[in-house]
Amino acid sequence: MALAPAITDIDQLKDKPEVAALVGWNAAAVQSAKFDRNELTVWIARDQIVPACLFLRDHPTLQFNMLSDVTAVDWYPSEPRFEVVYQLLSIARKARLRLKVKLASDDTRIGSVISVWPSCNFFEREVFDLFGIQFEGHPFLKRIMLPDDWKGHPLRKDYPVEGYR
Amino acid sequence: MALTQTPALEPGADKTMILNMGPQHPSTHGVLRLVVEIDGETIVRIMPDIGYLHTGIEKTTEAKFYQQVVPLTDRIDYLCPMTNNLAYCLAVEKLLGLEIPKRAQWIRVMMNEITRINSHLVWLGTHALDIGAMSVFLYCFREREDVLRLFEMVAGQRMMTSYFRIGGVALDLPLGFLERVKAFADRFPSNVDEYENLLTNNPIWINRLKGVAKISAEDAIALGTTGPTLRASGIDIDLRRDAPYSGYENFQFKVPVGKEGDVYERYLLRVQELRESVGIVKQALEGMPEGSIKADAPKVVLPDREKMKTQMESLIYHFKIITEGFTVPEGEVYQAVESPRGEMGYYIVSDGTAKPYRVHMRSPSFANLQALPKMCEGRLIADVVAAIGSIDIVLGDVDR
Repeated sequence: MALAPAITDIDQLKDKPEVAALVGWNAAAVQSAKFDRNELTVWIARDQIVPACLFLRDHPTLQFNMLSDVTAVDWYPSEPRFEVVYQLLSIARKARLRLKVKLASDDTRIGSVISVWPSCNFFEREVFDLFGIQFEGHPFLKRIMLPDDWKGHPLRKDYPVEGYR
Repeated sequence: MALTQTPALEPGADKTMILNMGPQHPSTHGVLRLVVEIDGETIVRIMPDIGYLHTGIEKTTEAKFYQQVVPLTDRIDYLCPMTNNLAYCLAVEKLLGLEIPKRAQWIRVMMNEITRINSHLVWLGTHALDIGAMSVFLYCFREREDVLRLFEMVAGQRMMTSYFRIGGVALDLPLGFLERVKAFADRFPSNVDEYENLLTNNPIWINRLKGVAKISAEDAIALGTTGPTLRASGIDIDLRRDAPYSGYENFQFKVPVGKEGDVYERYLLRVQELRESVGIVKQALEGMPEGSIKADAPKVVLPDREKMKTQMESLIYHFKIITEGFTVPEGEVYQAVESPRGEMGYYIVSDGTAKPYRVHMRSPSFANLQALPKMCEGRLIADVVAAIGSIDIVLGDVDR
């Protein structure tokens, strides 16, 4: 089974209701999109992530009422270095959507979506703990996996995996 | 995770006190620490404190070849090793665009459901033990022993099975295995009757469980719960049916859905799931196709031992896969499966090399644990034990 090439052209992806709705809502917020291996990814501008999530949750037909997961990827040493990844699920439509936000290494702040989905609480704390990304508006942004006095963020690619600390 | 988090729960002005529960507490099902603020017997606030079992599996995977990650996945949720294996293998196969032969799919479904039975048996036994029904624990572990023997027969290991491989399964089923599974599947429904005889209409059981740790459908969704915890609140979603993987679309089964959202409803759902799982195992036994157990992809799947000894090409492929791994095309996937606890998702990013760039596990226990404060606040401290049991967390899965 050969892999179909990924579609990255937003105009071509307008037939996907998620992309069409997001572009119709705020074209400036949608940076790019990708349809690969039957999964849709949309890159959102950093300052628009909370309104975009709110829009997707309350949209009458899209109904992304559940946040499955929040995580991040470190693309060190390229810039923008981090990508925060949100996996959305619509229980009614049994559909999934992945949102991504790019963050530069010198400014790792992003709005917390806790006002949209309270379930992001632990997920965002985990991303903060292991990647050092600051979720603004999170009520209790403390380390969750590691001890409080831990130095560094282990899932960053420049975190040493051997030697003394 | 450390003590400095406790000040978030300072004692209230005059009448409340802070109680520390765990991490070494028999009914927290592992090393879960709960900081509880109580007013007499009533819970004012509760805060789970986790991380005691954090082993950095996500970081470890970045230094392993794709096929070397499979044994690590067993250790995340150690009560359902094959479900973890399946989710990871499906994700990598999706990245590769690999097609899996029918027989391998059927074996995977069958083993996955046996794993679900194993997990639910441990859950039922320990949950009943927490509530005070000791004998159920002994019955459940009697059947679990049968399941572990089946695992040992097929994988050589009782708990960390690592039986699935990228592209199929490790070995074909041993001689006489299907007969033993059939004997187990024929016997097991009467065992479930036995548990239900002890519990379902038992007045003490009902008093301890009914109406306890209720959660509404809206809250359950908002807090990200999945699996039986979500279904007990009346949301009808099961990824096996709604987003079929590994050939689940060929099996008939019911998805039990509750409406009360309390501990008793979650108990009823899981017991029904035990029966449905046996049904799926039986269907897999009846329809078990003949054929290969590995995909036809010599660059990814290890060749048979026999071919390796007779064919030069197979020997080379074997050597290359073991020493260099296999490369996976660039991309990213999120593959979710229905584990006994809920949505278990693997998010894998590939940069085109032989090692995964990033593997993230969306573990159901981690998300379900967030619902615990909502379930417990305003209730009695004795209900916390019932609530923890009912969301069925595995701390290896929470902390990874």
